[in-house]
Amino acid sequence: MTLTPLEVEAIALSLRVAGWAVLVSLPLGIAVAWLLARHRFPGHSLLNGIVHLPLLLPPVVVGFVLLLLLGRQGPLGAWLDDWFGITLAFTWQGAAVAAAVVSFPLMVRAIRLSIEGTDRRLETAARTLGAPPLWVFATVSLPLMLPGVLTGVILAFARCLGEFGATITFVSNIPGETRTLPLALYTYTQVPGGLDGAFRLMVIAIVIAFAALLGSELLARMLKRRLEG
Amino acid sequence: MLSVSARLARGAFALDTAFAAETDGIVALFGASGAGKTTLVDAIAGLVRPASGRIALGERVLFDSEAGIDLRPERRRIGYVFQDGRLFPHLSVRRNLLYGRRFAPKERRHATLDRVVALLGLEALLQRRPGTLSGGERQRVALGRALMAQPELLLMDEPLAALDLPRKAQVMDHIERLRDETGVPIVYVSHAVDEVARLAGTIVVMAHGRVAAAGPAADIMARLDLDPLAGADAAGAVLDAVVERHDAAYGLSELAVPGGTLRVPRLRLDPGRRLRVRVRARDVALATAEPRETSVLNVFRGRVVEIGPRRGASVDVAVDIGTRLTARITARSADGLGLAPGAEVYALIKSVAVDPASLVQAAQADP
Repeated sequence: MTLTPLEVEAIALSLRVAGWAVLVSLPLGIAVAWLLARHRFPGHSLLNGIVHLPLLLPPVVVGFVLLLLLGRQGPLGAWLDDWFGITLAFTWQGAAVAAAVVSFPLMVRAIRLSIEGTDRRLETAARTLGAPPLWVFATVSLPLMLPGVLTGVILAFARCLGEFGATITFVSNIPGETRTLPLALYTYTQVPGGLDGAFRLMVIAIVIAFAALLGSELLARMLKRRLEG
Repeated sequence: MLSVSARLARGAFALDTAFAAETDGIVALFGASGAGKTTLVDAIAGLVRPASGRIALGERVLFDSEAGIDLRPERRRIGYVFQDGRLFPHLSVRRNLLYGRRFAPKERRHATLDRVVALLGLEALLQRRPGTLSGGERQRVALGRALMAQPELLLMDEPLAALDLPRKAQVMDHIERLRDETGVPIVYVSHAVDEVARLAGTIVVMAHGRVAAAGPAADIMARLDLDPLAGADAAGAVLDAVVERHDAAYGLSELAVPGGTLRVPRLRLDPGRRLRVRVRARDVALATAEPRETSVLNVFRGRVVEIGPRRGASVDVAVDIGTRLTARITARSADGLGLAPGAEVYALIKSVAVDPASLVQAAQADP
């Protein structure tokens, strides 16, 4: 089975969108997970609620909210355009933002669980050895929570690849710009004689999912070996 | 000199302690579980903040509520060996050891990796991961890791509690070597009287969040009134001894102690070696006439110094045989023998009652 240029385009776009979405949201995800797991502050529940909201809302609603906020006329969108010349509406970067927002709760949940599971007494031990808090975080906390971070990244990545509703609402379905794999598949199903193309994309989606799963299994095993010696 | 005064309350538990101890050798914080020992060392390390008080190591003030000083743990230069080791599971033994080195001031880096590894016998472990180490190995690595951070004081919180007996003895050997060869002062927390008797030069007895007694180990160990605080088996005496000769035929060693010769099961120590012997009060019997035909090899003549209060069926009797010895006998025997302060008695110690594992090289060589 050789891939057509259109399929290659959709796959490449999907991977680019998902990759950037995960990459950019990861530091924020770790920070928010840390905040939620380790600190009690006024607004803790509110932050927790906001982070989880995209998980509960229909993706189309999320997309619409993004359109209102980040569209060219939206308050944030206009500001980004004026000051940085960044346009998110109807661009692949916008698709990445939509994917990131929708997958964020999954990432935060996984990382938070692993933070809560790490032994804080090891951090205390590191402090008594003279290490300042940031160093302790980088050399003790972060390595110990890596398995959870990995899980979060895989979950988020998969969710990004599958993103449909928020994407099509926020950045529409533009070939070569925002037509990711799910959108391409949907498009095929809407035209006469497109079933063949839809079927091929389905197989590709399954292959990508399996590859991601396999890769994460291997990584997880490597991490485990590092932790347990 | 380590001086500590700290007050804090945690629910029903209140800590209110003050003591000062010379920091040559090992200072033992001794007391039953729940006496506040760990809270106190946590306060010294900066892991717990007292409501008020002052903690100073020599000239260096670590905490002073009035002056508003509260050094963060990483600035205190105090090593901490935890009961559970707390090695970093994702780092090799070698990298665990080196973890604190980069934060040590350069002029203080006297404990090099080679020295520490040799001191604690870690050569074969360097490439291993903590997950593959036995309990004793883990604690040795924890000692080395704390030492490599070049601390000015080492805190050890029941470092042997999780170990079985043979490993305990082995790690204790290493702690003694560490004390004698590095000169880093140590505060050693324990509720085990044998550990304290073997290691400590100074003992601080804690009970219910307070300091019940503090002083040189021999004086504290001989006190009759500390028993209920320190645990039922704590009563006993610590004797300074020198190995005199060995009796190969019977498998015995003769030790010179103040007041005579103590015969114990054969020791693997050369004559002339100094050591400490702990004689538990319940292993000492008393007689008012010199026993002639008895299986007991060790008979010392002495005088009753003090008779402690009666507890259940027994009383503790302090006897001066040239040094102080404590005997736990029944109140009935004490009355039957007509014991009173000043009375002449013979103290009998069964050789086999002296546990060779409790015998150790003395803290310092000849003064």
